[in-house]
Amino acid sequence: MANDTDIASLEKALLSEIDSASDLDAIERLRISTLGKKGRVSELMARLGTLPSEQRKAFGQSVNQLKERVTEALEARKSQLSRDAMSARVASEWADVTLPVRLGPLQDGRIHPISQVWDEIVEIFGDMGFSVAEGPDIESDDLNFTKLNIPPEHPARQDHDTFYFKPKADGSRLLLRTHTSPVQIRTMLSQKPPIRIIVPGRVYRIDSDATHTPMFHQVEGLVIDEHTHLGHLKWCLEEFCKAFFEVPDLKMRFRASHFPFTEPSMEVDLDASAIGKPGQWLEILGSGMVHPNVIRNCGLDPEKYQGFAFGMGLDRITMLKYGIPDLRDMFSADLRWLKHFGFLPLDVPTLAGGLSS
Amino acid sequence: MKFTLSWLRDHLDTSASIEDLADKLSSIGLEVESIDDPGAKLKNFTIARVLEAKRHPNADRLQVCKLDIGGGTVEVVCGAPNARTGMIGVFAPIGSYIPGTKITLEAKPVRGVVSGGMLLSERELQLSDNHEGVIDLPEAFAKKIGQRYVDSLGMGDPVLDVKITPNRPDCTGVRGIARDLAAAGLGKLKPDQKITGVEGSYDCPIDIKLEFSQDTRDACPCFSGRYLRDVSNSEAPEWMKQRLKAVGLRPINALVDVTNYISLDRGRPLHVYDADKLKGAIRARMGKKGERFAGLDGKVHGVDDTMCVIADDKAVLGLGGILGGEDTGVTADTKNVLIECAYFDPLRTAATGRKAGIQSDARYRFERGVDPGYVIPGLDFATEMMLKIVGGTPSKARVAGAPPVSRKVIQFNFGLVEKLAGIAIPQTQARETLEALGFLVDGKDATAKVTAPSWRPDIEGSADLVEEIVRIAALDTVPSAAMPRTAGVARPVLTEPQRRVRRARRVLAGRGLVEAVTWSFIERGTAVAFGGGQDMLEIANPISSEMSSMRPSLLPGLLSALSRNHNRGFTDAGLFEVGQCYRGDAPNDQFVSASAVRAGSTDIQGSGRHWDGTPGDAGLFQAKSDAFALLSDLGFDVSKAQISREVPAWFHPGRAAALKLGPKTTLAYFGEIHPQVLHSVGLSGTVAACEVYLDALPSKRKAAGRGSFESLALLPVKRDFAFVVDAQVAAADIAKAAAAADKSLIADVSVFDVFEGEAVGKGKKSLALEVTLQPREKTLTDAEIDAVAARIITQVEKATGAKIRG
Repeated sequence: MANDTDIASLEKALLSEIDSASDLDAIERLRISTLGKKGRVSELMARLGTLPSEQRKAFGQSVNQLKERVTEALEARKSQLSRDAMSARVASEWADVTLPVRLGPLQDGRIHPISQVWDEIVEIFGDMGFSVAEGPDIESDDLNFTKLNIPPEHPARQDHDTFYFKPKADGSRLLLRTHTSPVQIRTMLSQKPPIRIIVPGRVYRIDSDATHTPMFHQVEGLVIDEHTHLGHLKWCLEEFCKAFFEVPDLKMRFRASHFPFTEPSMEVDLDASAIGKPGQWLEILGSGMVHPNVIRNCGLDPEKYQGFAFGMGLDRITMLKYGIPDLRDMFSADLRWLKHFGFLPLDVPTLAGGLSS
Repeated sequence: MKFTLSWLRDHLDTSASIEDLADKLSSIGLEVESIDDPGAKLKNFTIARVLEAKRHPNADRLQVCKLDIGGGTVEVVCGAPNARTGMIGVFAPIGSYIPGTKITLEAKPVRGVVSGGMLLSERELQLSDNHEGVIDLPEAFAKKIGQRYVDSLGMGDPVLDVKITPNRPDCTGVRGIARDLAAAGLGKLKPDQKITGVEGSYDCPIDIKLEFSQDTRDACPCFSGRYLRDVSNSEAPEWMKQRLKAVGLRPINALVDVTNYISLDRGRPLHVYDADKLKGAIRARMGKKGERFAGLDGKVHGVDDTMCVIADDKAVLGLGGILGGEDTGVTADTKNVLIECAYFDPLRTAATGRKAGIQSDARYRFERGVDPGYVIPGLDFATEMMLKIVGGTPSKARVAGAPPVSRKVIQFNFGLVEKLAGIAIPQTQARETLEALGFLVDGKDATAKVTAPSWRPDIEGSADLVEEIVRIAALDTVPSAAMPRTAGVARPVLTEPQRRVRRARRVLAGRGLVEAVTWSFIERGTAVAFGGGQDMLEIANPISSEMSSMRPSLLPGLLSALSRNHNRGFTDAGLFEVGQCYRGDAPNDQFVSASAVRAGSTDIQGSGRHWDGTPGDAGLFQAKSDAFALLSDLGFDVSKAQISREVPAWFHPGRAAALKLGPKTTLAYFGEIHPQVLHSVGLSGTVAACEVYLDALPSKRKAAGRGSFESLALLPVKRDFAFVVDAQVAAADIAKAAAAADKSLIADVSVFDVFEGEAVGKGKKSLALEVTLQPREKTLTDAEIDAVAARIITQVEKATGAKIRG
């Protein structure tokens, strides 16, 4: 005959067994042997029907309470054992956190400095309303020289040591453009003013020494409309240099010069303080008002249309801005150099985010 | 163009410093390339008299000297024993740098007395090693107190080297430079001396002829000469030799030196012949093929019928305007001479000089265009100078032809200055500038008739006058003016091809590749190996045979770069370039390729050995991945293109492919480079390469919207199939057949395993597919799934001869 004393002693025994269960399997076995259909607690409950009716309620309550406490103890022990098992597993899972990892392609890849600077230049001039015009490297004498007001045998041609192709049957010779200026002509021949373009590109001259390579890059600018004058040219170049060299202010020097395709012409020097080297002037570009002959050669009326053009060495300003010492390295495809001076793929220059930051 | 400061001062009355002169020259378009001033480091030191020398109050060996430094006195402490009252010495002020001791003087007390400078020894000035005492100058220097000591040393004549632009023949002479400086306000141009008394009393005994046809007569429109009898051609005077040497010319003899001097002084080349060596008349004419002469440069030159020569009755003597002849040149023994002052056509002179390969001071000037108004005056000027130096009796001048003086007349509207240059320069100032430069300005109105001087052949029109006015006023004074902006936010400016190029670079770099920029021209044999090397793309005058052919592909440059990096020890590398290549010489034969190469152990995750997995040698599938990723990133759906096994010879025939859009358009090649080609560029192993032709890509859809998005509630079901099939059956065909089994239900077919080995039989492979079924309306029953699976198996087996693996 079961009574409260039996229940208490059973509880004591069960709690002790639960407490000493050493793993989750043991807990499960205990659960079945106590709370399962034929478990010890369930058996107690089965006796309920054998009791006089006046005892049934109290006994039933006692067994239910026992069941609740055992269930609770089982759950608590189970969760304790789970935590212990997890702790043991974690304790055994050790790795050498100093082992090196790959940084992935975004750290491995590089953009060549010339491409990077070209993107920077497009950002700046794009904001000023310049679009990008391009032209072929293999040019005619007419577009590279004659239409630019450099007639045959003009001494200015000597300044352009030119690569020629073999003469054609008609005696004409194509050449590798010596400057990006033929694209001015192509643009003016094909498009009505107002014109605002920049022209990037490879140019070629027979020159190879410490500071010259037979191929290099220029960027040309051309503005043609009815009102643009030399003051606009100065402003444009000043704004460009400030934006490009990322300095709030800089000093520039404008010197008269001569280019057959501009009149008046000027060369522009930059106070090297802009690149942290005060006390020097750096010659950075040639420019001027487009020569009336050039405008006329493109079928436009120089009495009506005027404007400016400028040209600068893309490689040169790249070297100045980023402290690259030797032009020749630009084209040597030396991985060490490219890794050092190159830019990360996501270093996309923007005006809003900064060109080089 | 080199000249000395004192030479400039012959023509320019100026008190400007050398620095100011140089700055102004550069500013007005005569760029000073260098100033060689041997006395520059001594310029701060002046001549001073010791008014009183007395013992230093605190030191026995020192004296305190009160100096008269010209316009003031100063007290200096001096340790030299020879310093004494009344002596004249050389004074260094506070702040000056003493070259001999490399010390900059500071005002600080010497034993309690502040020295206001110092008296200098010769060693301190690096004039000699003498440090016995301070410089003790003779009493004759009394009238130079306060003046620069360096000027008394004869070291005060700095040499300026000015870059003369091709439009300024007038500035190939010192006088022209002086004129520009005077116009720019740095002094006054001294009046030119009037030449008189050089016209002789007898006729020039040598006849001068111009023998040209109608169409070549402009080669030498004027040839003037004068005979000088009984000269004594010794050495030029010291001052002249000094100046010639200072500018880098070697004095030869008096007559030659005078011609060189006038060439530099006036930009007027001349020639003198030993008259006794001339045979008959002298003439200018076109050369004849086969004629030759021994030049003053010590070389024999052949001439042809495009060249203007000077000849006597017997032979060619020299090239007009370029080079004189050895045989008729003057020597110290020469007794009678003919002076030549002629005008040679600039273009023909340039062409001849280029053809003959002769650079000379005469050519430099004639090809720019010497002053046609200075032919006869030049002859007179030369005669006068020669008479002074070598004596003799002059003949009358003999002149054949007439100088082609044509002075450009321009109706000039002064308002154009502001319109073109954006600066308002008062008309009086503009007028003064033009007049100072030798222009005649006729008329007081806003528009005037402006006549260019004969020495300015570069002046063509109004724009040139604007340049003259603005450059002399200084370009730095032109106010900057903001360019008008389009209203609102700046708009995109790049075209689609330009955006593609820009993006292609970032995509390839983002795949771990490093961008190279390689030469547009390559060695011809290599060009041929890559499908190029046509005659029309061959440079006639290459810098070397390695750089003679316009590249047909970017791969040769990239492979050669890989090879160089390999030789430097970088064997696991990936490079790319985006740039132009050439199919022919027409503008639209130029095309843009984006090409990448990978060699050694490298893939997108990294290169080289790594504990967490070392990539295998880059091959076909790295190349394919680079190409397909690039195309996809540029917005092209690669599944729309066809893969063809037809590849150019430089690719491995079995391990490369083309991606085509229809039979005519090739979008890309990818795969491994043919081992034979690798061998020829010094590489071994495998190299993965791809070329993507950016211009060939179809234009992208414009709309920014992304279309509607369908969120499917039902879970997809995946089923795996393994087929055994002939090894050369394309996986794409198998996948395609599987996908075709139920186009609405099958959302994706992917290949997850390929296996070749004995287990599947020789010449066979096992290919495992994962097929994703996407139910749309209701969950699929097992029976429905089994039915699709059966169709897939049937389709694949039927289409490819494959057998499902049991």
